[in-house]
Formats: sequence, structure tokens, C-alpha cells
Amino acid sequence: MKKNSIALGVLTFACLYSVASVANQARFNPDISLTLDGRYGSYSNESDYELPGFMLGGEASRGEQGFYLGHTELSFSSNIDDMFFGKLTTAIAEHGGETEIELEEAFIETLALGNGFTVKAGRFYSDIGYLNNQHNHSWDFTDAPLVYRGLFGNQLIDDGLQVSWLVPTETYFKVGVEATRGARFPAGGAANEGKGAYTVFAKFGGDVGISHAWQLGFSHWRADIEERASGAHDHEAGVAEIPTYSGESAINGVDFVWKWSPNGNNREQNLKIQAEYFERDEDGVVELVGSSPLESTTYQGQQSGWYLQSIYQFIPRWRIGYRYDQLDSDNQGSDSAVLIEAGLDNEGHKPERSTLMLDYSHSEYSRIRLQLSKDDSYEDSDNLVFLQYIVTLGAHGAHRF
Amino acid sequence: MKNAIQYFAVVFLLLIVSPVMATINVFACEPEWKSLVDELGGQRINSFAATTAFQDPHHIEARPSLIAKIRRADLVVCSGAELETGWLPVLLRQAANINIMPGKTGYFEAAAVVDRLDIPVSSDRSLGDVHESGNPHVHLDPRRIKIIAEVLFKRLTVIDPQGSDYYQQRFNDFNQRWQQAIKQWQLQAQALKTQRIVVHHRDWVYLFDWLGIEIAGALEPKPGLPATPGHLTMLTKTLAAKPAKMIVHTPYQNTRAAKRLSQITNTPVVELPYTIGGTDQVKDLFDLFTVTIEKLNGALK
Repeated sequence: MKKNSIALGVLTFACLYSVASVANQARFNPDISLTLDGRYGSYSNESDYELPGFMLGGEASRGEQGFYLGHTELSFSSNIDDMFFGKLTTAIAEHGGETEIELEEAFIETLALGNGFTVKAGRFYSDIGYLNNQHNHSWDFTDAPLVYRGLFGNQLIDDGLQVSWLVPTETYFKVGVEATRGARFPAGGAANEGKGAYTVFAKFGGDVGISHAWQLGFSHWRADIEERASGAHDHEAGVAEIPTYSGESAINGVDFVWKWSPNGNNREQNLKIQAEYFERDEDGVVELVGSSPLESTTYQGQQSGWYLQSIYQFIPRWRIGYRYDQLDSDNQGSDSAVLIEAGLDNEGHKPERSTLMLDYSHSEYSRIRLQLSKDDSYEDSDNLVFLQYIVTLGAHGAHRF
Repeated sequence: MKNAIQYFAVVFLLLIVSPVMATINVFACEPEWKSLVDELGGQRINSFAATTAFQDPHHIEARPSLIAKIRRADLVVCSGAELETGWLPVLLRQAANINIMPGKTGYFEAAAVVDRLDIPVSSDRSLGDVHESGNPHVHLDPRRIKIIAEVLFKRLTVIDPQGSDYYQQRFNDFNQRWQQAIKQWQLQAQALKTQRIVVHHRDWVYLFDWLGIEIAGALEPKPGLPATPGHLTMLTKTLAAKPAKMIVHTPYQNTRAAKRLSQITNTPVVELPYTIGGTDQVKDLFDLFTVTIEKLNGALK
């Protein structure tokens, strides 16, 4: 109830604000943008979703059946003064019949440190990988790649500090580090007195001729985890035993993007090829919290996954895309029964998925998408269909690479 | 060995002592501004254009190569008026370059220093991709170019005071040639006055305003939205009642709609260079107007 009233308050404020900005054209108002995301989903498999070999958390789920809403996002951003930029993104979503307001981003970023240095503080999307720091509404598919679902609970968001440096080279070269709280999935427990997780990343990029552009990234994430509870947002009510992991966790990743458009004019036609690979090593203990007597096992987890996708805009407004996902895991422990119970035994199965999408963007501000996938995340093959609209009201979106 | 060291030391000293010509790195969002800053900055600047005549400046992505370029820029020269709103702010934030942030001397918006046309009465996205600050394609009016050149050269003298005299001299020289050219272009373009021309997008507002040409209609039903069959039918009716002399478009625009309307209404289609590099002959701002007027005159006959 309280959450609802906060959400209402934010919305009312936003409405008043935008009316005011039209009336007097005040340029000091922040950029406000509202994203609406509505979906129709259908899947052929009624059994509960799982990814054998992976403990699910965060936003990991396959979506709903029938008509439902994705995250409705409200975002405010502006230069605060000549030193700082600030941004707030809230997501209004329904989980288990209750409307919740989630804080996705709330950060400040320096504008004027100079020499290529930027410091960001607050809650932000980590710069790990390529897709992670983009809003899911600008992703090319309705759902996250399986490797993001399995390792990050769709997306790695944390509270902390990021320092990045754009090296003054002819070829784009950026390095950065993040120190974060590590309380949210896939970390947990805010270890080391609330400094539980670290990220290091490096990105390179450039053009090849006038029609091609590329970016290559490497990233590393590390956390000390205290009692990371598994269970995605849509987990069944009344689950008595919650698999919980404590120990060390490290992720290494590489990401690559290649874009082509004739003469670099992406308006008419363009092609994007993108791939990411991540692997995670964990060493610690898994407990089934709630079991009596407490069941536990040592746990040495090795998980990896990748996807490759390609999006082709063949005429203005229309894009077609294909994505292939694959995961693999090799998890060991002293008690295999507990591993099985925790969903960490992959039962000899390698999750994979093929996805096809077609979307139509009437303008830069609206998009309608049809997506079909054959999902072999677990033993029973599933056919998913999504029909989705994503529209943006308000501030002009950024054309990010 | 000793000789080598001495030689090296002398060269090194010379490098330090000699009046080093500091090169000013200029990042121009569009080729027209690169050309203008080259006219004014000459040998003292090193310029780069972020886009070409074949790219729609509304639809550029903040590519890594552009971030790397703008990182090392001392001056950014762009059209402004929200033309680059989708990508320039991203570049500026990513680059973390203190010299070129909006409000700093290293940030220059051409449209901000001249009067703008097409300022919308209301800002509503159902009207298409309208620019709240007015039409940003200001470089197609040579009178406005002159005003922009004057402000821009003064900006160069602020950034690089040592070159003040040099920039002043180059501006005077440019301005003299430019005023003469304007007179000549106006003479050449007399026949174009009051002619009706169909445009693809309202890129041509400033050119037509200068030459007294009337816009007979736009292929885009709303700014930024592609032509639809329904809209073309309406345009056909308009042209049947009041014909137009030609349909013009830029090198980066799709010609399908223009060709279709041309077939139905028997109106010639003309591709105008729009900016530097739009055709092979257009190497600078002078060529741009000379070729544009030649092409317009050619289609009149």
C-alpha cells in the first residue's frame, strides 16, 4: 500500500512537472521520459521455469501468459550544475498481484573532471558486458539473453562508485573500475562492511571505413557473497527450503559488437552483429535454509554461457533479428542431493534457445515487436510467443552505440 | 655517441624554445562547419567532421570512434537547435572533456547565433520530430553563414589568443570573398524567385528563404516520418492545382517517394549536394552554393 502511494506521488509529480515545462518552456526542468511496455505472452509449457545448473535470482523469469505489462519506467535526468549530472529511473511493475516501485537507477556523475575521467556514484547499471548498461527497453529482444538471466538475474545493478578513464588514443579505449555494495543478486549479504563486489572493465572501439563500426569489451566481476538466496521474482509462494550460497564468486566476460550501414547512414538500412560470453567460478557453501536439520554442501561452481545475435533493418522502420543462446555448467559439491535440490545439478542438460523477432518502429518513440522462441532452457522444450509495444514519451532518447 | 646526444639535445631545445604553433583540434558535427572552420582557422587548426553528406545528421549513433575524437577536441562546432540531440549529448558526457562542455568556450552552436525559422507554436510529438528551437539547417543561407563566421572566428581568438591576428586576417579575407560570392549567386538565382519546389524534408527552408523560393509541399507527412501513399496522393492533388518546378532531396535521403511523385506528376527530381561532399564538385562552402544554384537553374529549363 505504501509502495502504491509512493508510485502515485511520483506520477503526479511527473505530470505536474511536464505540464509546467510545456507552458513556460523553462529550460531548467530535468528531462523526463516515461516508457510504457505492454505485452502479450504465450508459452506451450506449463511447468515451472528453471535453468538447470543455475540458481535463479533477480528478475529472472520467462514472463507471463496472456496480457500483461512489462516495466513501466519513469526517468528524470539533468545536469545538476556545471560539475554533476544526475539521473533517476524508477520502474513500476506488478509482482505477485502487488504494484511495486523499484529504484533502477539513482546516480550522479561528474561532468567536469576533465582529462577523460568520470566518477559515478549511487545506484547504476554496471558497465560489465555490452547489454548490461542499456535499459532493457532498448534491447533488441523482449527478454534478456539466457546468460544474463542465469548469471545476473537479467541485469547487474548495484549501489556504489564507478571511476572510468577514457584514454586519449586515436582508437577508442576506456577503462573503469566499480566498487559496489554487493547486496543485490548475484552478490548478496553486502560483505566486507558493505563493499562486497568489484568490477573492472575495458572497452575498445573504432570504425573500419565509413560503413563499419565495432566495439570490443572485457570485463571482470568479483564478490564475497554472504547468503545469496535463490528464487526469482515469480518464485512459488510457500517454498519451505531456500537454497542459499555463501562464498567467493568471480565472473569474466568478453563482448563484441559490429555494426554496418551503407555509407554509415543507418536511417535506411543497417546490420548489427553482437555476441557476449561470460563464465563464472564460485567456491563456497550451499545451504538449504529452512530445512531441519540444516542440509548443506560444499560447492565449486563453473558456469558459462554465450549468445550471438544479429539484427537487420532491411527498410526504414522494419527490423528482423535472430538470437542463439547457450549455457553450460559443471558444478561439484560434497552432497549431490543438496546440489540437485538447489537446482545446481544440470542433469546432463545444456540450456539453449533460438529466438526470432520482427519489429516495426513508427517513429523513434514507438516500437511494436513480435518475438518467437524455441526455448530448451530445461528438459521440456517450450515455444514462446511475445507481442510487445514499447513507447517513450518525453525526452528524446540517446542514440547509443 | 656524444654527438648524437648533443644533436638530440639541440633539437629538443629548439622544439621547446621555438614559438610552437599550437594546433587547435576542432570537432565539427557536420561537414559544412568543418569547411567554415577550415576557412577561418587555416594552418592553426586540425579539423574533423563527424558526419558526411551521405549521413542523416539527425540519426547518428554515439560511436566509439566519435567519442575518441571528441575526447581530444579543443572546440566543438555543431548546428545545434536539437539537430544532434540524439548523439552529441552522449558524446559529450562520455568524453569527459572539460573544454567542450555546453557553456564553455570550446562549445559552439551555429544555430544559436542566428535567427531561426520554423519555430513551432506548440511542441507536440504528433506533429513529427519538430525542433523546439526552430529549424536547425541554418548553413543553407549564406547571409547566416557570414554571421556565424564572425562569431566563430572570435571564438577561435579566445581559444587561441596567439593566433588572433591570423584569425582576423583570415576572416576578413573570407568575408570579402563571401560577400562577392553572395552577390554573384543572387544574380544567378534570379530566375528561381517565386518558383515552387517540393522538398523531401524541410532541410531547405533557409536556402528558399534567401532565394525567395516557395515550398510547394514536403514528401514527409510530418518532419522525420517517411512518406506514405496517402500523403503522396494529397501532394499529387496539390500539384495538379498548383504545379511545382521540381522535387529536391539530399544525398542521404531515400529517393523512392520522390521518384514516385515525379512519375505521377511529371515533375523532375533533383538531388542537391546539401553539404560539402554531397557531389564530387562540392569541396567547400563556395562550391556548395555554386553547385546548388546551378542544379536548381538546370532543372528550371
